[in-house]
Amino acid sequence: MKKLLVALVAVALAPGVLAQNVKIGIVAFISGPAAAPFGVPAKNAAEFVIEELNAGKGPAPYAKRGFGGATIETVIVDEAGSTTTQVTEFRNLVQRHNVDLVIGYISSGNCLAIAPVAEELKKFTNFFDCGTPRIFEDAAYKYVFRTSSTATKDSVGAALYVRDTKPNTRSIAGINQNYAWGQDSWGDFELAMKVLVPSVEVKTSQMPKLFAGQYNAEISALLGAGADVIHSSFWNGDLEALILQGGPRGLMQKSMTILTTGETAMHKLGAQIPDGTVLGARGPFGPYAPNNRYNQWFSKGFEAKFQAPPNYASYQMAQAILGVKLAWEKAQDANGGKRPSNEQVAAALENATFEGPGGTVRMANGKGHQAVMETVYGTTKLVNGKLTLVNVKRYPAEKVNPPEGVKSADWIKNGFK
Amino acid sequence: MKIVNVTHGSFYALGAYAGASLTGAWLARGYPPALSYAVLLVAALGITLVFAPLIERGILRFMYAKDEAVILLITYALFLVLEDVIKLIWGVNPYFIAEPYALLGSFQVAGMAYPTYNLILIALAVIFGGGLAWLLNSTRVGKLLRAVIHDPEVSRAMGVNVGRYYLVTFTIGSLLAALAGSFTAPTVSVVPGLGVEIIVLSFAVVVIGGLGSLPGAALGAVIVGVVRSFSVHYLPAVELFVIYFVMAAVLAVRPRGLFSLEEPRKI
Repeated sequence: MKKLLVALVAVALAPGVLAQNVKIGIVAFISGPAAAPFGVPAKNAAEFVIEELNAGKGPAPYAKRGFGGATIETVIVDEAGSTTTQVTEFRNLVQRHNVDLVIGYISSGNCLAIAPVAEELKKFTNFFDCGTPRIFEDAAYKYVFRTSSTATKDSVGAALYVRDTKPNTRSIAGINQNYAWGQDSWGDFELAMKVLVPSVEVKTSQMPKLFAGQYNAEISALLGAGADVIHSSFWNGDLEALILQGGPRGLMQKSMTILTTGETAMHKLGAQIPDGTVLGARGPFGPYAPNNRYNQWFSKGFEAKFQAPPNYASYQMAQAILGVKLAWEKAQDANGGKRPSNEQVAAALENATFEGPGGTVRMANGKGHQAVMETVYGTTKLVNGKLTLVNVKRYPAEKVNPPEGVKSADWIKNGFK
Repeated sequence: MKIVNVTHGSFYALGAYAGASLTGAWLARGYPPALSYAVLLVAALGITLVFAPLIERGILRFMYAKDEAVILLITYALFLVLEDVIKLIWGVNPYFIAEPYALLGSFQVAGMAYPTYNLILIALAVIFGGGLAWLLNSTRVGKLLRAVIHDPEVSRAMGVNVGRYYLVTFTIGSLLAALAGSFTAPTVSVVPGLGVEIIVLSFAVVVIGGLGSLPGAALGAVIVGVVRSFSVHYLPAVELFVIYFVMAAVLAVRPRGLFSLEEPRKI
């Protein structure tokens, strides 16, 4: 179902100023299963950050009002629906709504489909969340960027965490959703584990369909396999169902269970996540975010506005907007203070480094269009009935991302060289 | 009733949402968790009594004269409408009530832990399945109902209140779906789209068993469950495909399903 919500976030200060506004297309799941864990928290983050920027309340160097003094207005599009629908919606954003730039996309399938269209329409587009490394490994773009890291970082980080915290691991098992994200995540984790522990045995790889909801048979298979480590990249209701069904059966006690997107379930399930479960947040986000001034501004402001802490999708959206703002203003300065073109903004973001609520973002891969960041994992422990994370380990960007010009799979296969 | 009722998926989802929200409210007020099973039952009953008569009296009763394929499409349309109604009522955020599931703990079989709650689900299935079979085959009401399904015109001529039978039958059928949803809610994250998954699986079950056959549906459910579990344990790569393979194999040998009913022909 096609849904289009048009929201004017900005308040025009005077009649003549409206023409100078910067119009951004924001795309995220507003409906469907991905809305609650990713889309809505991301949309909320966009709403908060843009309101703050328009009011000139961002922390330095984001303190200038809007984008280079111009008020930001948004056109919000629902990412739900087929890839074809999303391509049509993207064209609508560019050709009918005349947006200046687009920030969005959670689904890797949508990112892969949108990238060439953005290039064809010469429209600056920043992917804020999708994880597939193929976007910049299989092609090069001028107008397309991604200010979050690829999924490779999550899987390699998980394997490093296993090596560091459970060095006697002899066997692994997986339960991942049967589509690109689940298969790629498991593939990278399995490969990384085989490089780190060459004798590791794969006991079973469960690939239930997306949104199956019931995993009793799979949990029995995992319990029966008795692997030392279980890897899962489950998300949304599937992730929560796995925790709710696996917890009482002792799955997390029997095997060290790594949930690469587990942070999104933390806020909802809290104490129902068994002790000893390893949670990832797709980077240094949420509970793993650094205590820098950007995070203090973002997490406190977000929580005050929405009465819920921001999750990693919120952080990724925030840093996507902040990165583009810096590039816009740098390009504007280079253009003698005049409104920059899409080409000038793209040139300014290429190979840039900036700070956000999740720490340092370096546009180091994909010819300067793909961000690399550190990643973090920690283990759950209930303290006085409250869920805390212990044994938190941080892995620098160079350890969990391939170097520029090297494909993720080749990098892992060659022993991370 | 000769209706392939796609709204069964909606009633499953409505039951799950009602069960999750009512039980959640019950537990949040500090009432005894042991009674949450009764709350799940009440939630299913309540939500069914709100929606089922409304749908049957408001829409379906005007459609019974139409072709079965048309009624299938109408229930599919209703299913889509109800999916959005659910979002309007409960929003898109997930609901959890793990307490009834975790409360009973687990038991060990061959060194593997199984949740005791699953025994409740099996017991409920046996009780309601057996009860339904008894109702249909051994009671006057059940026999009259089968007569109504076989020939509403003659039943009406014999003084049977056909409309009331349709209403009660549709409501009981919907209640069974809502009960399934309500008692499944503690084991899952209740999210939009819950009904879609179950209706596809249910369709495979009834096609394997034979449309309209109660023993067939029971056997179909067991076949689907066992075959899927075997696949998950021994050949996980084909798990997605195996149920539909079984369905295709059954249809190739018995095109009307394993327990297909004799098709009476009017002369």
